[in-house]
Amino acid sequence: MYSFEPNEEQQMLVGAVGKYAENDLRSAAHEAEESRELPKKLISKGWELGLLQASTPEAYGGFGERSAVTSALAVEEMACGDLAGALAVMTPSLFATPILLAGSEEQKQAYLPKIIEGEWQPYTAALIEYAFDFDPNELRTTAKLSGADYVLSGEKAFVPFAKDAQAMIVYANLDGQTQGFIIPTNTSGLSIADEREKLMGINALSLYRVKLDNVTVPASSRLGGASGHNFELLLASMRIASASAAVGVSKASLEYSMNYAKEREAFGVKIAQKQAIAFMLAEMATEIEAIRLLVWEAAWMLDNGKEDAFKQAYLAFTGAVDMAMMVTDRGVQILGGHGYIREHPVEMYLRNGRGFAMLTGLAIV
Amino acid sequence: MTIEFETPKPITQIQFVLKTVAENMMRSQSREFDENEHAIPWGYIEFMHTAMKSTGGGSLTPRDEKPKEGAEKRQPIGYQTLAAQIEMLSWGDVGFYLITPGGGLGAAAVQAAGSPEQRANFLARFNGDKPTFAAMCMTEAGAGSDTSAIRTRAVLDEATQEWIINGEKIFVTGGDKSFTEYEQFGKGFIVVWASIDPTAGRAGMRAFVVESGTKGVTIAKLEHKLGIRASDTATISLVDVRVPYDNILGSPTVEKTTTGFKGAMATFDATRPLVAASGIGVARAALEFLKEKLTENGVTIRYGLPRNKLTSIERDVIDMEIQLRSAWLLVIKAVWMADNKKSNAMESSMSKVRAGDVTTKITQKAVEIMGPLGYSREFLLEKWFRDAKITDIYEGTGQINRLVVARQILGYSGKELR
Repeated sequence: MYSFEPNEEQQMLVGAVGKYAENDLRSAAHEAEESRELPKKLISKGWELGLLQASTPEAYGGFGERSAVTSALAVEEMACGDLAGALAVMTPSLFATPILLAGSEEQKQAYLPKIIEGEWQPYTAALIEYAFDFDPNELRTTAKLSGADYVLSGEKAFVPFAKDAQAMIVYANLDGQTQGFIIPTNTSGLSIADEREKLMGINALSLYRVKLDNVTVPASSRLGGASGHNFELLLASMRIASASAAVGVSKASLEYSMNYAKEREAFGVKIAQKQAIAFMLAEMATEIEAIRLLVWEAAWMLDNGKEDAFKQAYLAFTGAVDMAMMVTDRGVQILGGHGYIREHPVEMYLRNGRGFAMLTGLAIV
Repeated sequence: MTIEFETPKPITQIQFVLKTVAENMMRSQSREFDENEHAIPWGYIEFMHTAMKSTGGGSLTPRDEKPKEGAEKRQPIGYQTLAAQIEMLSWGDVGFYLITPGGGLGAAAVQAAGSPEQRANFLARFNGDKPTFAAMCMTEAGAGSDTSAIRTRAVLDEATQEWIINGEKIFVTGGDKSFTEYEQFGKGFIVVWASIDPTAGRAGMRAFVVESGTKGVTIAKLEHKLGIRASDTATISLVDVRVPYDNILGSPTVEKTTTGFKGAMATFDATRPLVAASGIGVARAALEFLKEKLTENGVTIRYGLPRNKLTSIERDVIDMEIQLRSAWLLVIKAVWMADNKKSNAMESSMSKVRAGDVTTKITQKAVEIMGPLGYSREFLLEKWFRDAKITDIYEGTGQINRLVVARQILGYSGKELR
């Protein structure tokens, strides 16, 4: 059957996340972006919503089952509040969700309960590399088997909260395949840059470069244990998360510019009453709804183990990247000169919107 | 309720059957009837009538889904099924799909605005022995999207209790097959929109059922078109046409409300996603053909690569797939809402806006990528390009539907956003 209505549980979750996103994340967003700092309390409050906890089974300290659809709904809602804040709240998922999805039993026992049951702690992951042709399936960072150990070398970029993290999953190229490795940050050979990354957007989020110089870890550190894991599943989950966040940011831009257009007068009428503006808004809304459905379908396919789920996740992600650009650009355009001024959030939505093409790996459903 | 994307089994089965029909009864004759405009593919029409009758469908309208007593309540999927049927038939040939026998938009108007007696009276014929057609006459030379500018008049003759209709209608899809008395066809009808009180504007607008062969009605012209050439598009002139009193759909008295007109608009809410579905069928045909030809020529699409590593053709094909699928999902959502009796004016128009955009873009791009092969009439691709364009025009142009979407999201009336 087809059905487009979130179930009761999802509606409750979306309601709670939406409230937090609007009241807490969004009201703090401007200040956080300008000062490049997110209040600790803000992150803790988001963590207490229990998104990760709700998608982790009881055996590992949680109280539910993971659903990509439910997560996608939550990510959209949260990113609609503020992208940087949303990514910060969800950073521990970058470490926990791959373990939940692909980790060995031993790895699950070792990490999940202590992350799930505790306060927000910056467990993180490193996927992105600083190269124009960065491709998650062709990483430059390498992992090589050496006796009973793996030796990793290379450089990672845009790693959230690396400085404070106790451990991270580092993705590396193992004989042509991308594989994750669980690495405590105090492992010798792993070094974190002193300076934070400076990007066009999401400035409130602490991101760091991470260097790996012959970092040696036991073979049991490989995600999934000796036989490893299917990275495609993780990549699809990351793409769906990115796409959902893109839908959220685009929705924020549409709502703000729409409200503005209904207030702002020109030539004796509200500018929203002019077809030139009204049509832009109609197209933005249509684009968002179309891509949202594509993302939902991809998430549903992933949850149900459908054959083409990974391809669909790629299509949804690729579509979402274009949608975010189209919508957030128009958000600025509708406000005209005011859209270019940082007092209004649409310029930040535009900067954040541009990021989705290269920020895969900063969120996962 | 939950979020689900599983195509219901009955729909998958129908798609399978219709695909065979599309390949054997439609594609095989597509070119012939594109080049011989106004010729009638009797074989296809007869076949479809027999096939639909034997399956109890009768015509391409959503099935009545009354649950059997005591049976477990099933989810209604009438409009979803219809959308899938139309998509597949249009994948075969959209011109042929448009002349599939049955009530079409004419019956839809009776369904939406008629009384139970009228429905029983006018709609039973589509299950008869012969293929039967009905058409909707709305557009006039001076009234396209602005249907309130309609000049056709209907006046009640108090003495005979008949309506007398005068005016001229253009762009009537299936007008010839619905009105002209072909011996191969059953007795059809046209639904004519006319004003019974020009001072009342939209509130005075009513639809009238005019039986085929009625005196005073003439098919003045059959249009020569860019595409969908197997489908006849008629100009119909009405001079002192007399129809029985009971052939008026809706109330014969005019109150200063717009309910009469809303009947027509409600029909559009139901039919817009179906027109979108039709366009998507054409676009899918073009995209599948393109991918097939690319494969033959040794071009593979490397899904999963970052955009900046893809070739131009790969980017185009991937974008086309995204456009096609997301447009289809908007259609599915709109008809799912219709099936579940949720108001879907916005979603209907969104699906039409998107489908109009993507079907034209996809067919245009496919022709471009195929180079001389795309432009040649050896293949159907150039025909699909011509056929696709109508999607963004009929049943409300892309612009009119943008207006509908804009009013919905802004909460504006027609006065606030003209």
